[in-house]
Amino acid sequence: MSTLEIKDLHVSIETEQGTKEILKGVSLTIRTGETHAIMGPNGSGKSTLASTIAGHPRYTVTSGSITLDGENVLEMSVDERARAGVFLAMQYPVEVPGVTMTNFLRTAKTAIDGEAPALRTWTKEVKAAMDQLRIDADFAQRNVNEGFSGGEKKRVEILQLELFKPKFAVLDETDSGLDVDALKVVSEGVNRAHATGNMGTMLITHYTRILRYIKPDFVHVFVDGKIVEEGGPELADRLEEEGYDRYVVGAGQAVAPASHA
Amino acid sequence: MTAEVTTEKARIGAPSIAGFTEEGEQLVAAKVDRHHSHGVQVMSSRAERLTSHDVADFAIPNGREEEWRFTPVREIANLLSDTATDGDVLSLSVEAPDGFVKPALRAGEAPRGATLVPADRAAVVASANTEEALHVQIPAEAELQEPVRVLVKGNGAGRRSNSHYVIEAGENSRAVVILEHEGAADHNGNVEVFVREGAQLTVVSVQLWEDDAKHLAQHDAEVAKDAVYKHIAVSLGGKIVRLNSNVRFSGEGAEAELLGLYFADAGQHLEHRSFVDHNVANCKSNVLYKGALQGKGAHTVWVGDVLIQKQAEGTDSYEKNQNLVLTDGCRADSVPNLEIETGLIEGAGHASATGRFDDEHLFYLMARGIPEDVARRLVVRGFLNEIIQQIKVPALEARLTEAVERELTAGNN
Repeated sequence: MSTLEIKDLHVSIETEQGTKEILKGVSLTIRTGETHAIMGPNGSGKSTLASTIAGHPRYTVTSGSITLDGENVLEMSVDERARAGVFLAMQYPVEVPGVTMTNFLRTAKTAIDGEAPALRTWTKEVKAAMDQLRIDADFAQRNVNEGFSGGEKKRVEILQLELFKPKFAVLDETDSGLDVDALKVVSEGVNRAHATGNMGTMLITHYTRILRYIKPDFVHVFVDGKIVEEGGPELADRLEEEGYDRYVVGAGQAVAPASHA
Repeated sequence: MTAEVTTEKARIGAPSIAGFTEEGEQLVAAKVDRHHSHGVQVMSSRAERLTSHDVADFAIPNGREEEWRFTPVREIANLLSDTATDGDVLSLSVEAPDGFVKPALRAGEAPRGATLVPADRAAVVASANTEEALHVQIPAEAELQEPVRVLVKGNGAGRRSNSHYVIEAGENSRAVVILEHEGAADHNGNVEVFVREGAQLTVVSVQLWEDDAKHLAQHDAEVAKDAVYKHIAVSLGGKIVRLNSNVRFSGEGAEAELLGLYFADAGQHLEHRSFVDHNVANCKSNVLYKGALQGKGAHTVWVGDVLIQKQAEGTDSYEKNQNLVLTDGCRADSVPNLEIETGLIEGAGHASATGRFDDEHLFYLMARGIPEDVARRLVVRGFLNEIIQQIKVPALEARLTEAVERELTAGNN
C-alpha cells in the first residue's frame, strides 16, 4: 500500500510576460487501488499538475509538497521519480530519434527494476502486451513514437504503463484524440494495470467519455489552478450534463486560453 | 542563441528522416538562428573546378573561396605550405597478406596520379611532397577474409606530414581496406583508389586522432564496369579534419557509396566533402553522412556535390546528410549540391536535416527512469549506428561504438 500525497502545491512558469502562477494550492491524496479523476476545462492547470508530478523542468514549485510514502518527490530528478514508481502517460509523447521501441523499452525496464529483465520472458511479455493493445508487431523495430499516429502514441504510452508496473500512474488526457475503438483498447489496458491491485491512478481528462470505461472512485473538479469541488463518481455524471460553466462563473474568472492545457 | 544550422539549396523529393517528424530544418526553426543564402550566390558547375598536379596552379586560400569558406584556413597554414615531411613524424605500418604491398610509386609512375588529380592547395602540396607513394594491390579474383589495415600514427602535433597512398583492387576481387589515423601530426594525406572491373572494395578511413592533430585529405576513386566501391569516413578525433571523398566511373553498371559519420566536440572542426561525378551512363551512387555535435564551438561541415553529366543516362543517385545537435553552442553546415545535365535518369535526390536532441526528448526518456547520460547515449548510438553497421568488420564496429561512447562520456558536463 502506497500513498502519493500532494499538499498545498503552488506552481508557476516563466513566460515572456514574466512569472505566471498556474497551480494555486492543490491538495490531493491518492492511495494504491484508488482511481481519481481530475476534470476541468482547458487551461485550468490539469496538465501542469501532471507534468509537475513527473518533474518537467518547465514548472517551478514555489511552495507545497509532493511525497511518495513520505519521501520527498520534489527533491528527486525526473528519472528518480520514475524509478520510485511514478509514471506519466503523456498527452503529447515526443518522437525520439535513433532509438527503437525494443531498445527503449528494455533500457527503461532495466533502469526501473535496477536489473535487466530476463530476455526470454521479457520478449514474450512485450509481445503479449502489444497484442492486447493491438499494436502491430513491427512497431517494436521502429523508432520511439516515430511516425506513429496520435492514437498509436497513446497506446504505446499504455503499453509502457503495463510493462513498467508503476505505483502511481498519471494519465494526462490519454483519451484526447482517440476514436471509440481506441479509447476502449486503451481503457482496457489501464484497467488491467489497475486490476493488479498495486497501482493508484490519477486520470486527467476534459471529457467524461473515458469514465464510461474507467470507473473513478473520486472525482475532483479543477478550475483555475485549484480543486473547486470533490465527490464520487456521481459528480462526473453531473459534469456531463452541466459542463463546467457553473464553476467557471463561480470562480469569477474567465477561462484562460488553452495554452497550458 | 548559440546553435546554428545552415542548410542551403532547395530540396528535391521528400526525404524521410529517421527520428524526426518533420524535416530537421523545420524542427529547429523555432529555436535556432538560421542563415540562408538562397539565390545570393552564383555557383559554377563542379565540373569547372580546377584540378592539377602543379603546385603553382593553386594559390594559398584566404578563406573566402567557395571551397574553403567553412574552413578555419588560418589554423591550417602549415598544411597549405609547400613543405616537405618532417622526418619521422609518421609511423606507418601495413597489415596485408604477403605480396600485396608493391614497390612504392614515384610521381609519374602508373597508376599513381591517373585518378587522383589534386583539386585544392592542400592536396597538391601533399602529393608534390610525397616522393614515394605506398602502393597496395589486391590481386584479381582475390577474396579477402580479413581486412587490409594501414595504420598511420602521428608522432607530434604541429609536425608536417605528407602522404599519397595508392590502393588498387584487382578485377573481381573482394576486400576491405582500413586506414586508421591516431596520434597527432599536421597530416596532409591523399588516397587514390582504383576499383577494377567487377571488384568490390570498401575503404574505411578512421580518424581517431588526438585533440591537437590536423588532417586534410583528398580521397579519389575510379570505379570500373560492374564494380562496387564503398568509402566510409569516420571522424571522431582531431582538432581539424577536412576530408574530400570523390568518385567517378570508368564503366557502366558500377556503384559507389560514400558514407560518413562524425562526432564533433567543443572546439573541433570536422569537415567532409563528397563529390560523385556521374560521367558514365547507368551507374548508381548513394551518399549518406551522419554527424553528432556537442559542446561550445563544435563545428561540422558537409558539402555534397553530385554531378550527372549529359552522357550519364540511367543514373540513379541520392545524397543525404543528417546532423544531431546535442547541446547549444554548436554549428552544423550542410550543403547538398545536385547538378543534372540530362533528364534521362532513374533518380536523383538530395536531403539535409539537422535536428536537436532537446529537453523534451530528454524528459521523455528520463520520465521512464532512464538516467540522463544513458538517455543521450541511447539516442546518439542509435543515430550513428546506421553508418557503423555498414563497415561489416565486427572488431572495428565494436571499437568505433566504444569510441562514440567515449565521446559522449567526455561531453557530459
